[in-house]
Amino acid sequence: MQKFPLATERHRYAQEWKARTGCKIMGYFCTYVPEEIVYAAGILPVRVLGSHEPQDLAEPHIFSMFCPFCRDCLAEGLRGNYDYLDGISHAQSCLHIRQSFESWQMHIPRAYSHYLFMPANLQSPSAQTCLEEELLEFKNTLEKWIGTPITAKALNESVEVYNLNRRLLRQLYELRKGDPPAISGAETMRITLASQFMDKKEHNQILQQLLQELAHSPRKIAPGPRVMVLGSENDDTELVELTESLGANVVIDDHCTGSRYFWNEVIPPSPSMGEGKGEGEHTDKILQAIASRYINRPPCPQKDLRDRRRFTHILKLAEEYKIQAAMLIQQKFCDPHELDIPPLQELFTRKGIPNIFLEVDVTTPVGQFRTRIEAFLETMQLELA
Amino acid sequence: MAEVKRYKTKPLECWQKAKEIRIQHYKDVWSAKENGKILLTGGEYSFLPLPAGLGGFEFLGGEPYGATIGTDPILSVECAEATETRNFARDMCSYMRLYWGSMFLDKSPWGKFIKPDLCLTWHLCESHGKWYQRVSEHFGIPTFAIEIPLRPDEGRRESHVKYLVAQLEESIEWMKKQTGRDYDDEKLIEAVTNEINATALWAKCCEFNKAIPAPLDLKSMFSLYIVNSLIRYKKEAVDFYRALYDEVQDRVNNQIAALATERCRLYHDAEPIWHFLQLFRYAEKYGAVCSASFYVFLVGTAFEADKNGSWVAAKTLDERGLKLKTRADALQVLAESYIDRPGLQGWQITRKVADSVRIAQEWRCDGALLHFNRGCEGLSAGLSEVRLAMKKAGIPTMSYESNMVDPREFSASQIIDALEAFLESMNLTKLEA
Ligand code: SF4
Ligand code: SF4
Repeated sequence: MQKFPLATERHRYAQEWKARTGCKIMGYFCTYVPEEIVYAAGILPVRVLGSHEPQDLAEPHIFSMFCPFCRDCLAEGLRGNYDYLDGISHAQSCLHIRQSFESWQMHIPRAYSHYLFMPANLQSPSAQTCLEEELLEFKNTLEKWIGTPITAKALNESVEVYNLNRRLLRQLYELRKGDPPAISGAETMRITLASQFMDKKEHNQILQQLLQELAHSPRKIAPGPRVMVLGSENDDTELVELTESLGANVVIDDHCTGSRYFWNEVIPPSPSMGEGKGEGEHTDKILQAIASRYINRPPCPQKDLRDRRRFTHILKLAEEYKIQAAMLIQQKFCDPHELDIPPLQELFTRKGIPNIFLEVDVTTPVGQFRTRIEAFLETMQLELA
Repeated sequence: MAEVKRYKTKPLECWQKAKEIRIQHYKDVWSAKENGKILLTGGEYSFLPLPAGLGGFEFLGGEPYGATIGTDPILSVECAEATETRNFARDMCSYMRLYWGSMFLDKSPWGKFIKPDLCLTWHLCESHGKWYQRVSEHFGIPTFAIEIPLRPDEGRRESHVKYLVAQLEESIEWMKKQTGRDYDDEKLIEAVTNEINATALWAKCCEFNKAIPAPLDLKSMFSLYIVNSLIRYKKEAVDFYRALYDEVQDRVNNQIAALATERCRLYHDAEPIWHFLQLFRYAEKYGAVCSASFYVFLVGTAFEADKNGSWVAAKTLDERGLKLKTRADALQVLAESYIDRPGLQGWQITRKVADSVRIAQEWRCDGALLHFNRGCEGLSAGLSEVRLAMKKAGIPTMSYESNMVDPREFSASQIIDALEAFLESMNLTKLEA
C-alpha cells in the first residue's frame, strides 16, 4: 500500500507534485482559508508549517513574545524551503500568524498573495454575508491570477473531493472510539497532517485503502487510559508518540492540525436550487455553502467570543470518545489558547476529567515531558482505580 | 557649548480640566448603580454611543482602567499575581491581567471593584472579546462583542461596513432585551454626533504637532486623549476638545513650545510605561521632545488616510454639512468612522509599517523610540518590521523592551542608559538645567 508522506517530507512531495502536474501551489497560513476555492482553480493548497529547527531566522521580523509556530513558519520561508510556492494566502485568525504572513509578503514575495478577512464574530448572523463577499473576492483575485474563470462545476467538484476527504477522516477517527482503538493517535495525526499538504484526491485514495485494511486488521494496540489532546497548533507528532509509548491511547483531539480541520463538511446546495439559473447564481449558492461550512466548523478560540461553543463541542467529543484524561498543549505565548486553557482546565476538573498542561516551543522537551506525563498517567490511574 | 535656542513655553490650560474629567468619570462609574444608571464594561473602543439610547449609563473601559491601576506598581503586581494564580499566562495583555486581578480580588484604587450589568465590547486584537467573556462568567452577566473588520487593501469595503452596521444594530436589540429598557434613537444620534466631533477635534489637535516647535509633548497628550477614551460620546468631550483646539492653535501661532529647548523631535510607539513617564523627561534633558506616535494617534482619534496615505484629521459633522436624522444614519456614520481610521486598520502589519514611517516623516521626527511592550501583543505586533523600515528610511531608532503596566518586566536603569546612549549617538548632549 502507498504510504502517506510525513510532514518532514512535505517539501519533497510538493515539488514532485508540481513537476508531475505542472500546476501551481499555494501556501496557506490558517485552516480558515477556504481551500475548496483554491483547489477548484487547479492549484494545490498546502499549509505552511515550521521546521522545528531551533535557529531563529525570524528574530529581526517578529518580536520574541509571539508564538514559536508563527516565527518558525516565517523562518522556514526565509530559509528558502518554500521557494516552490507560487502564491500565499491567509484568513484572519490571530495576530501572531498574520505577522508571519505579512512578513512573507514583504520579504518573500510571491506572484500572488491574498488576505481574506475571516470574521471572528461568528455568533453574529451578519458574519455569513460578510464571509460570502470575502469568498467571492478571493475567487475573483484567483481568476485574475490564473487567467481563467473558476466555474461552478469546478467548485462543485472541488467541494466533493474535500467533503470525501472529511468523511474519510471522520471514519478514521471513528476507529478510535473502540477500546482499544483500531489505530493509534500518532498514526492518525500523521495522516491528518498529510491531508493538509497533499493533493486531496491522492490522500483520499490512500486513505480509502487504509480504511479497508483497518476494517479487516485493526492495529494491535493495548488498552490504556484514553486521552484527549487539545490546544494550539501542533504538528509535532513527538508528544503524542511519547504519550502513547507510556501506555496511554490518544483517542481524540481538538487542534487546528487535527479534528478541527476536517470535522464538518460543506453542505452543497441542492441541485434544484440551481435549476434554470445562470452560472453566477450557481456559484453564489456554492460560495454560500462554503461560507456556512467555515462559520459552523468547530471554532478556534478566536472565533468563539460570546457563548462558549468550543467548550460544548469539546465536551461532546470527550463524551463520545470516552476520554479519561486531557492534555492541554499550548505553544508558548499563544494568546488565543492562553485565553481558553485556564477555563477549560476548570471545566475538565469540574467534570472529573484529570488534565495536564504542557507548554511547547519550537522543539518538544521530550525528557522533561516524559517525567511529567508519566507521573500524570500514574496519578490518574490511581484516581481511576 | 553652543547656545541652544529657547522657545516660549507655558503650561497647558486644558490639562487641569482633563484631570478633573478623568477623576469625575471614575466617581460616576463607581456610583453608577446607586444613581440608578446601567453600568457597562468593555474595551476602550467599544461603541460607546450605543448604550446612550437606553438612558442613564456609565461605561468602564478596560484599557484605561488597566492603565490607571498600572500607575500604582504595588497594586499592579497584586492584581497581576491574582490573575496568574488562576493559571492565566504572564505574557497575556497586561491591562487585561490587571483588570481581571482587580475583579478577582474585588479591589480597586477606589475601594471594592464594581459589578457591571452588561459587557459590551469591541473586538480587534485577540484579547478584546475573550476578556469580557471571562468577566461575564465571573459576574454571571451577559456579554456582546462587536468586531471591527480589517480590510486587506486601500479603500473602504462596503461589505465590511454592512457587517459592522449589522452588529451595531444587533447589539441595540440585545441591550434592549437584556435591560428591558426602551431605546431612544434621539439620544443615540446625539451621542454619535458627539463622538464624531470629539474624535475629529482631537485629531486636529494632534495635527498641530507637525509644527516646530511642537505645541504638545506626548506626556501631555496621554493626559489629553483620556477624555475621548472615557467619555467621547458626551457633549462635555466636544466642549473640552474645542477649547483645547483653540489653545493649541494659539500655541502654534505664537510658537509656544511644549519643550522650550526643542532641538530634536522623536517618534514613540507603542504604549508608554505608565508608572515611568519620567522616561520622556530624560529625553527632554537633551532637548528631545516626543511629538508623534502611532499609538497616540490611534486612541480616540479620528484620522483618515488621504489618497497618498497621509493621515489627516477627519471632518466634524458640521464641516461635512451632515446632520444625522435616523438610527440608520447614526450607525452608518459611526461604522464608517471606525473602518476608515488608519490607526485601527494598522492592526495590519504592512499598513502599520508604512504608516509609522510616514508619521515620523510628516511630523518631522529626527529619531524613533520603539517600546517592545510585552504587555500588549496588539501594538507590539509588527514593531520589528517597523524598526527595519525606520532604519531603511534613515530614521535613527532605539528599541526598548518592557511592559506598560507590569513593573516586574521593567528596569529603569537599563532603559535610561540605552536612551542616553541613543541620544548621544544622535550628537545630542545633555543641556544645562
Ligand atoms: S493560534 Fe496560537 S499557535 Fe496558532 S498561530 Fe496563533 S498564537 Fe500561534
Ligand atoms: S491591543 Fe494590547 S492593550 Fe489592547 S487588548 Fe490587545 S493586548 Fe491588550
